[in-house]
Amino acid sequence: MNAVLQPYETPVTPTSKISVRNLNFFYGSFQGLKNINLEILERRVTAFIGPSGCGKSTLLRTLNRMYDLYPGQRAEGEIIMNGKNVLDKSQDLNLLRAKVGMVFQKPTPFPMSIYDNIAFGVKLYESLSKAEMDERVEWALNKAAIWGEVKDKLKQSGLSLSGGQQQRLCIARAVAVKPEVVLLDEPTSALDPISTAKVEELLHELKQDYTIAIVTHNMQQAARVSDFTAYMYLGDLVEYGVTDELFIKPKKKETEDYITGRFG
Amino acid sequence: MSLTETGPMAGNTRKETYVSTEEQQRQIAARLVRQRIQDVAFRKTTLSFALFVLLLLGAIITSLVLGAYPVFEKFGFGFLTSREWNPVTNTFGAANAIYGTVVTSFIALLIAFPVSFGIAIFLTELCPIWLKRPLGTAVELLAAIPSIIYGMWGLFVFAPLFAQYVQPFLTKYAGDIPLIGQLFQGAPMGIGMLSAGIILAVMVIPFIASVMRDVFEIVPPVLKESAYGLGATTWEVVRNIVLPYTKAGVVGGTMLGLGRALGETMAVTFVIGNTPKIAASLFEPGASIASTIANEFAEAGDGGHISALIAIGLVLFIITFVVLSLAKLMLLQLSKGEGSRT
Repeated sequence: MNAVLQPYETPVTPTSKISVRNLNFFYGSFQGLKNINLEILERRVTAFIGPSGCGKSTLLRTLNRMYDLYPGQRAEGEIIMNGKNVLDKSQDLNLLRAKVGMVFQKPTPFPMSIYDNIAFGVKLYESLSKAEMDERVEWALNKAAIWGEVKDKLKQSGLSLSGGQQQRLCIARAVAVKPEVVLLDEPTSALDPISTAKVEELLHELKQDYTIAIVTHNMQQAARVSDFTAYMYLGDLVEYGVTDELFIKPKKKETEDYITGRFG
Repeated sequence: MSLTETGPMAGNTRKETYVSTEEQQRQIAARLVRQRIQDVAFRKTTLSFALFVLLLLGAIITSLVLGAYPVFEKFGFGFLTSREWNPVTNTFGAANAIYGTVVTSFIALLIAFPVSFGIAIFLTELCPIWLKRPLGTAVELLAAIPSIIYGMWGLFVFAPLFAQYVQPFLTKYAGDIPLIGQLFQGAPMGIGMLSAGIILAVMVIPFIASVMRDVFEIVPPVLKESAYGLGATTWEVVRNIVLPYTKAGVVGGTMLGLGRALGETMAVTFVIGNTPKIAASLFEPGASIASTIANEFAEAGDGGHISALIAIGLVLFIITFVVLSLAKLMLLQLSKGEGSRT
């Protein structure tokens, strides 16, 4: 099945969720991304790997325009999602971010209860009754495989959880608003191996419903969780392809050097 | 070739540090003794400085209590509730001054809190980068203006304009509102309780605003990004993330401003009118504790006047102390309730 999809050669496939076209990104005068073209496919996990500073997090942050919070950062080109260019000035940022959820490297529970952490995002766009909200909170926590651990202490502060639990809480929070795409920026780099395994399992579950883009420094992780992998270096997209192929038989020498550890 | 061969731990020197002679051991022992003495001396010195603060506080409280004692002996605790303040007949009551202090400070906070909040939010969340530094510096400079200049400006510039334009306007549009209407009636003289409150507000805004800005800035960007990432607007991020995260600092900054407003002397003395009375209208002149002391200390004679002034000083001290204690208690309460379901 997957072998048929060759995003590296076929620019637009029918199941494309996000198409990035000629994307350039600037931090002031420094160019962080150079003419990126790629397709992120619906209900698949796409992993971005590469050495630090290669632009993989930057690329992720253009997808929900998080960079807009900071003056001096700008993107050129097109990112087409649902037929619309999200880089357009007319794009409503809050709506975009509600559709494209994000999970960060460090767990970032809000300074409020576990329940409210989940309800916060939901309340922004939906007015649910108490019962519906309870149901939604339970659903999201279940999705993030943390319901069993927190169901008896929903009123406690989200900060009282362990690091791994906090991160799954953050994933639950992102899922609770029912986004179309979930972006994860090194979601397990601050977690222990057991929590990491739980989060990875979770990604398998989540891709049934969501399109997932994940940045990771851990190549084994990329190999384990993703369907497609993009290797980036110094702001360039070096290679993009089906994960198994990219790891077993990379087309470019640079990619091979990186994934075999001969980098540098 | 390599660094290790030329480094201090390399080669022969390394051996020598292990095989130390008696002479070296003596040197080390002497060094240790010297260090211990220095340590003890340092600890004792800093301790004595810290104790000095306590001593000073104790001395001030003692002299205030001793100085105020004659008045409390004569009038009892009725001194606090009596509105009679007459040096000629040697009858003293503190109610007017306490009322003036509390009301002007309350007006000041009522105005200063929302304005400072707005300034701090704009500076941290919304301000374009080129405007950030000039605006921030301007706020800090406002805090550096001596209070006597605020007082002068208040009396010679602000009060006439206030009397000419703002007071008639307030009387016309707010004077007929039930309950609060009578606060805005009376002759528009420019000086009075409301003017003092407004001048105080201007004075405490930079303090509250800069504390708030500093605490807003410590909110981790990634926490705000998480909330923006869910589709929250700036206001929603501020209300639900920034404020809960920084509530201790916000309350602390506000209390700092309140503390300054309660004790402010010069600026208030200029514009409050210095008439010891309690009037229904905020346009009427009044007197605060600090302004009363500043006005009357020079001409106070024996027979209780000085003692009465010291007594209201003690009252001011206690009010400020209570405010700070309440702030601490509130902060404790807040941190206990953190994360509870709202």
